Amino acid sequence: MSWLIAALVIWAAGWWVNNVLAHRPLTTFTQIAVPVIFGATLIAIWECVVHGLEIAPVLLPPPSMIAARFVASTDVLWEDFVQTALKGALSGYIIGCGSAFLMAVLVDRSEFLQRGLLPVGNFVAALPIIGMAPILVMWFGFDWQSKAAVVVVMVFFPMLVNTVQGLQETDAMQRDLMRTYAAGYGATLLKLRLPAAMPFIFNGLKIGTTLALIGAIVAEFFGSPVRGMGFRISTSVGQLSMDLVWAEIVVAALAGSGFYGAVALIEKAVTFWHPSQRRRA
Amino acid sequence: MRSILPILTVVAAIFVLWYAAAVGLNSAWAQDKAKRAGTSLTFSELVADTWSQDKPKLPAPHQVAQEIWKTTGAMVAKGRAFSKRSLIYHSWITFSSTALGFVLGTGLGVALAIGIVYNRTMDMSVMPWVIASQTIPILAIAPMIIVVLNAVGVSGLLPKAMISMYLSFFPVVVGMVKGLRSPAMMQLDQMHTWNASASQTFWKLRLPSSMPYLFTSLKIAMAASLVGAIVGELPTGAVAGLGARLLAGSYYGQTIQIWSALIMAATLAAVLVGLIGMIQRITLKRMGMAQ
Repeated sequence: MSWLIAALVIWAAGWWVNNVLAHRPLTTFTQIAVPVIFGATLIAIWECVVHGLEIAPVLLPPPSMIAARFVASTDVLWEDFVQTALKGALSGYIIGCGSAFLMAVLVDRSEFLQRGLLPVGNFVAALPIIGMAPILVMWFGFDWQSKAAVVVVMVFFPMLVNTVQGLQETDAMQRDLMRTYAAGYGATLLKLRLPAAMPFIFNGLKIGTTLALIGAIVAEFFGSPVRGMGFRISTSVGQLSMDLVWAEIVVAALAGSGFYGAVALIEKAVTFWHPSQRRRA
Repeated sequence: MRSILPILTVVAAIFVLWYAAAVGLNSAWAQDKAKRAGTSLTFSELVADTWSQDKPKLPAPHQVAQEIWKTTGAMVAKGRAFSKRSLIYHSWITFSSTALGFVLGTGLGVALAIGIVYNRTMDMSVMPWVIASQTIPILAIAPMIIVVLNAVGVSGLLPKAMISMYLSFFPVVVGMVKGLRSPAMMQLDQMHTWNASASQTFWKLRLPSSMPYLFTSLKIAMAASLVGAIVGELPTGAVAGLGARLLAGSYYGQTIQIWSALIMAATLAAVLVGLIGMIQRITLKRMGMAQ
């Protein structure tokens, strides 16, 4: 009972602090502090509720147990991370985004292809492509190559559609200006159209980061060597060692956020001129 | 309409590539078979064989089409549309958890968006986590949610729908927050001069002007919801649903079955998203917002 009361008190205290902070003038400090306090409050409440209601750790382990497990099995987690995130997701992401980018630049030269490929690409991007996973696992074997292949297929179409759209961003006036400078196709592409397309390209890249990890993990459910995050999750669920599953999820969350954050940082550096990146006054 | 010809060209090119790839990928097995039989294949025999194997690496489109017809149209003709061998049955299972998850996710998304727009504390605390929640590969938790909820005694539709809900609430929150904030300062001031209450401002200004945003996010949410339902069916032990068909097909090497389930899933996604598009057109037209 005291655990539950503690949960309520923590909730009230966290909300009160946030309420006070949120109604003060906006600074970098409050912008970071408020969500952090919110997250910490949630974790504390989770801990209290699990103890208070005596939920079996098989169902929902408390955060402290997950943290202990995380620290205790860093070697296993690191091995899985290398297998799934670096070998599977990252290599697939680079191949997929790279080939989609090249394809988009090629398609861009022909208006006929553009009008044909854009609707089809948009359609395919909305399909449950993850279903390709069992087929690709069959083609490329159980190791990371098949995971990379799934990732390639998953990130390809969002990237293609965004890049093709981005390359159409420049208006006639700007292109005419390039022509008055006697700039050829290559110079126009490099100096005007690619920079103008960057916000769209980064949009595609950011969508791809999450898809890449999801693809690599889900593909492991269809067969994998005896390491990898998806493999560990599905076998640990079978052994009911939920703390390890949650530790894997923490790794996945860290990898996902880190990956996304890295792309967002690069975006900030590349598209500093775009209105959405300018510092608000 | 100008786009019809290019689209058809691209689709035709995909089919040509597909047939060509089927020849390429399946020829090894065909050659192997011929060698063991002590014969050699002419090119036309090779092509014919690669397009008609039982367990090809890549089934040709017509094989997939036949399989789909066998498990949908032909079953209906026999009056067994909902037997367990019918893809209509499996699509229905997947559709029902997709739809439930979509409805729950949309409800949660809209509620969160209203809270975020009207409460500054919630805006600052929750919004960053909503965005962060999507950088987490949430599908990884899918099997665990299923197992955990099973252990508590919740099984069947709800666990799968929970995964769909988690995937579909995000686009709705982001879209609705944008939409509810889309009325200009001038319009909000106008409501003030009319002495409109908060609820009147909501129902008569904010909600109507958020509709275009809502429908765009609903389309994304529906596609995400379907993916969630399919992945949610993987760890249930391959009982029913399109995801289960995928898993069963991959266990037994039934490539034609995998492809037909895949095409069914694609069709389902296209139909559902198209349906929302239709509702969008009608609603926006009646509200006088159609472009």
